[in-house]
Amino acid sequence: MSDRPRKFKGGVHPEDSKALSASKPVQTAPLLAKYTVIVHQNIGAPPEIVVKKGDLVKKGQLLAKASGFVSVPLHAPTSGTVTAIEKNPGPACVSVPSIEITADGKDEWGSPFEPIADWQNTDPAVLKQRVVDAGIVGMGGAGFPSHVKLSPTKPVDTLILNGAECEPYLTADHRLMVEQTEDVLLGAAILARILGLKTAVIGVEANKPDAISKLNAFASNYNVMVKELRVNYPQGAEKQLIYALTGREVPIGGLPMDVGCVVQNVASAVAVVEAVIKGHPSIERITTVTGEPLVNPGNWRFRIGTPISKALELAGGVKVQPAKLLLGGPMMGFAQNSLDVTVMKNTSGILLIPVEQVSQYTAQPCIRCGRCVEACPMDILPATISQAVENERFDWAEQLNVAACIECGSCSYVCPSHRPLNQHFKRAKAEILAAKRKQQKK
Amino acid sequence: MMIIITAALFATVLGALLALVIGATARAFAVETDTRVETITEMLPGVNCGGCGYAGCADFAKAVVEGRTIPSQCPVSTSVHITRIAEYLGITAGEKEKVFAVIHCGGSCTVTVRSPYNGVGDCRSAALVAGGAKGCDFGCIGFASCARACPFDAIEMRDGLAVVHPELCVGCGKCVDTCPKNLITLAPAAVDVHVYCSSPEKGPVKLKVCKAACIACRKCVKAADSETQMTVNGFLVATNYSNPPLPDLVEKAACPTKALRLATKHAAGAYEGVSK
Repeated sequence: MSDRPRKFKGGVHPEDSKALSASKPVQTAPLLAKYTVIVHQNIGAPPEIVVKKGDLVKKGQLLAKASGFVSVPLHAPTSGTVTAIEKNPGPACVSVPSIEITADGKDEWGSPFEPIADWQNTDPAVLKQRVVDAGIVGMGGAGFPSHVKLSPTKPVDTLILNGAECEPYLTADHRLMVEQTEDVLLGAAILARILGLKTAVIGVEANKPDAISKLNAFASNYNVMVKELRVNYPQGAEKQLIYALTGREVPIGGLPMDVGCVVQNVASAVAVVEAVIKGHPSIERITTVTGEPLVNPGNWRFRIGTPISKALELAGGVKVQPAKLLLGGPMMGFAQNSLDVTVMKNTSGILLIPVEQVSQYTAQPCIRCGRCVEACPMDILPATISQAVENERFDWAEQLNVAACIECGSCSYVCPSHRPLNQHFKRAKAEILAAKRKQQKK
Repeated sequence: MMIIITAALFATVLGALLALVIGATARAFAVETDTRVETITEMLPGVNCGGCGYAGCADFAKAVVEGRTIPSQCPVSTSVHITRIAEYLGITAGEKEKVFAVIHCGGSCTVTVRSPYNGVGDCRSAALVAGGAKGCDFGCIGFASCARACPFDAIEMRDGLAVVHPELCVGCGKCVDTCPKNLITLAPAAVDVHVYCSSPEKGPVKLKVCKAACIACRKCVKAADSETQMTVNGFLVATNYSNPPLPDLVEKAACPTKALRLATKHAAGAYEGVSK
């Protein structure tokens, strides 16, 4: 294979708008008086709360313990008092249980984990246990517990670090790779040791040349390969990244380990370094606060539980009235209806969209132009599936492999009839899952 | 001329032979049907609503003939029709309590906080992307999934709220499964007093998002003839359908948020947000 940037089939090219915050160095957000930590921050089972109202907690102290294998523990973002455990606005516009901590201002660490400086000679099982204890999740957006991916049940030969950051507007991973280059690479090396591998590959989209050159400068010290990827959304989706870097196709309904791969986000790799080398649990992350309506967009290091209103304040507030607030990027992010939602471990961006960029439209009938089929990175037929869903023929949608949909939104983005294709697929998946559960009960 | 006669003769003979073959086959392979099933199917309303628990009217007719169910299990037929079916079969019609659907939510667009929503106009799809467009996480989403499912047009959308017309509803239950918020229950048709709220949240939380929420002030519980007529479950009150209160309770209790309503008046548009 030549050295030209790699890509996958399909995809779209939305305006990336990363210039708003790409050159802004990461600033650490000041300590707040109050943090509201959402309890369920991961895919899988919600953790079990172990503190109660009135408890004094130290920074990094356990707030909730994992309630199963696919679940992660939660730690206090600062020292202070637990002042409330109640429902607060969550990221899906539904109230979710949250733990409110009123800071004492001392920001004292409790008894964090024992730092493991000599990780090269430490048993991989110990390192993996540290990842479990530190509550690390996929910080690219999905929030999938990292330790689950590090426990493959099939032989794995490739560790891929995801530095693609293909979502428009977001620059958190970009700044992380530029400013903490060695931490990213060290994280890759530690993750490789946990998996029993010698090397790792890190994929970065070509629109981040400064990150690529910096990574290249240090990569050989850590035995990591840096690969440039062609700019194409959704390049950072797990299956697309694997295909672009290795040419392997993950089967429908399969996992990366089915083709011998494990993919971890670069920010998760840095969280692993924090946990192993410093002994700190996952309580902070870099988030891009951006959008044209903001006075001063940029990248901040937030503790989990920081309200969005505070984040917007740090970014200088708004100069024009925004029309939409999203958590995550514009393609896959979730629209919010409250400023009281707080930063979670997987909040990669807080995005304000101006009025002129939000179009209100009515869905028109499909004109069979096939643009969605061309754009679909998973090679399914969005137009046909959406018609099946509109007629409530979920069995038909299932036959058409709606389960393979990664909900990247490329089809909805290109559709000239403004059809809400992505939402139809969400519905189909939910209905198919519900039908399967019903059958199992019988 | 000869050709025409030969052709006509040949066609007649062939036709007669084939008719014999078909006739014999039909006799030999005849499927025995109970004519009573067909007759009863004709006597049934034929909407195939499934309210009886069988796959349509024909299946129900078969079950009645085979004695697996009773004629009155059909929620749509009037008592006159049911008696006629029972008389035809020479069995008793049996008794079945009439029920109707109640959508336990009073949150129309006038009374709840709304955020804009631009997507698929179906409750089950909307519930997946943001838990609905209205402020309350537990209330009616307002995209008429239940109304579209109703074979009797008994559900009307009024100001973004699904309202059941008790006089049209037969209690088939087709709407129950369509609601992603599980707001619809089948209540005895004789009961008129219902609580139009399903949110288990605390009073102040509910009031912040909806003016018509039940805040569990217990005024109705105290005003009822007996305290067991209304049941309190956490921060939500509900009618006790096994010991229902009389319709005058609504006036006596003077519910401060008007969450306690008469189903008939609710449908007639007597309350804020659901007026015609």
